[in-house]
Amino acid sequence: MNQAYVIIQRLSDSFLLNCRLFALTLLFSLPLGLLIAFGSMSRFRLIRWPVRTFVWAIRGTPLMLQLIIIFFGPGLLNMKIGWPSGDSGRFVAATVAFVINYACYFSEIYRGGIESIPKGQYEAGQVLGMTKSQIFFKVILLQVIKRILPPVGNEVITLVKDTALARIIANKEIIMMAGEYSSKGLIWPLFATGIYFLIFVGILTVLLDWFEKKLGYFRT
Amino acid sequence: MAILEVRNIEKCFGNVQVLKNIDFSLEKGESIAIIGSSGSGKTTLLRCLNFLERPDKGRIVVNNEVIFDAADPNIQRESEIRKKRLHFGLIFQNFNLFPQYTVLKNVTLAAELLARERPDYKKNKKAILKEIQEKGEALLAQVGLSDKFDNYPHMISGGQQQRVAIARALALEPDILCFDEPTSALDPELTGEVLKVIMKLKERNTTMIVVTHEMDFARDVADRVIFMDDGVIVEQGTPQEVFDNPREERTRQFLSRYNKDYS
Repeated sequence: MNQAYVIIQRLSDSFLLNCRLFALTLLFSLPLGLLIAFGSMSRFRLIRWPVRTFVWAIRGTPLMLQLIIIFFGPGLLNMKIGWPSGDSGRFVAATVAFVINYACYFSEIYRGGIESIPKGQYEAGQVLGMTKSQIFFKVILLQVIKRILPPVGNEVITLVKDTALARIIANKEIIMMAGEYSSKGLIWPLFATGIYFLIFVGILTVLLDWFEKKLGYFRT
Repeated sequence: MAILEVRNIEKCFGNVQVLKNIDFSLEKGESIAIIGSSGSGKTTLLRCLNFLERPDKGRIVVNNEVIFDAADPNIQRESEIRKKRLHFGLIFQNFNLFPQYTVLKNVTLAAELLARERPDYKKNKKAILKEIQEKGEALLAQVGLSDKFDNYPHMISGGQQQRVAIARALALEPDILCFDEPTSALDPELTGEVLKVIMKLKERNTTMIVVTHEMDFARDVADRVIFMDDGVIVEQGTPQEVFDNPREERTRQFLSRYNKDYS
């Protein structure tokens, strides 16, 4: 009984790492994705093609591989700057890899959303004397958000579970922690991790549904 | 005095020349109907006037001020054009209301944003916004939608949406109001309410250019009718001249096609 309590305590502590990685990834990748989306829609080829190639490379390779390259890359290339040593360095490297990876996926969702808004919405703004940024922020953006909420929700839920990949560069996230017990022959902590993920995703689902309902007052 | 002079406008899309040497003028308070078959260039002409397309050649003059000259690149800067397009208001075939705003907000939004550029905005913010709000309400009352202020566009009919679009365009007090086939996207039983509103504007001597497929309406609303075909103005004159005694063979053909289709 006492042992079970300790295990749950340690699982919970390690799940905090998953949560932090999740929150930081969303915080940075959601806006970065918009920037990348603008780049991939740029009128200038010199911007558009490099950005699209980058998105292709990131979406075309496993996140696991990206984690390894980003963490070990600086050292292998004998670069002067590297990640901070110890746990904090591993966590920062993982966050960077996750942010880049998810920003690329988000950028494609944004691009699809932005391009799906009828041209007439832009034109109506134009003939009413609005500036380009007024048209985007006052007219287009909320319509885009409404349209992309379901696919973004999908990515957000995938992200929760992807945080477990951080263990590949030895971040002590929850499944890694449970794995230490299972290698000693104690298997139930591994199953217990599933409950953590289920509860977390359950909360997110409720939040996403609420947000979708919030935006249900208009139709695009 | 002409409020609008369109001089030798030309426009190509790729190799296709959609407007050829378009030249006409419009007096203050006058209304023009532009008729012609699909692809004749009427809509492109309206879009050129509203700077949604840039003509390749020609000039547009409003109140003796050159607002567009294809030969002068300075005049085409985005910031210049934004102010100048406010001489015109445009009502689209598909209304293009902003779905996330209430009917009233649709009408007031652009005016509110423009007011921010006024030097006295910070000082008189409340009074300015109140004035815009009241004006929006008055305009919606004018198009018969006093009871719809707080509705969202998807809650009202197409005819009502188009009337909101008309109020929205009027809110910026354009010199010239342009209609791009305002009833083409509407069910037949809804066109009447929109045409009635346009007729009312006509009675108030609003300067208008109406691109339309409704020949009876063109006859009623217009002081002058322009018939376009294949990118050129084939014929223009009073409705009586164009509809009853067309001079050009092409006009006769177009009108007879219409009469056949609808009789």
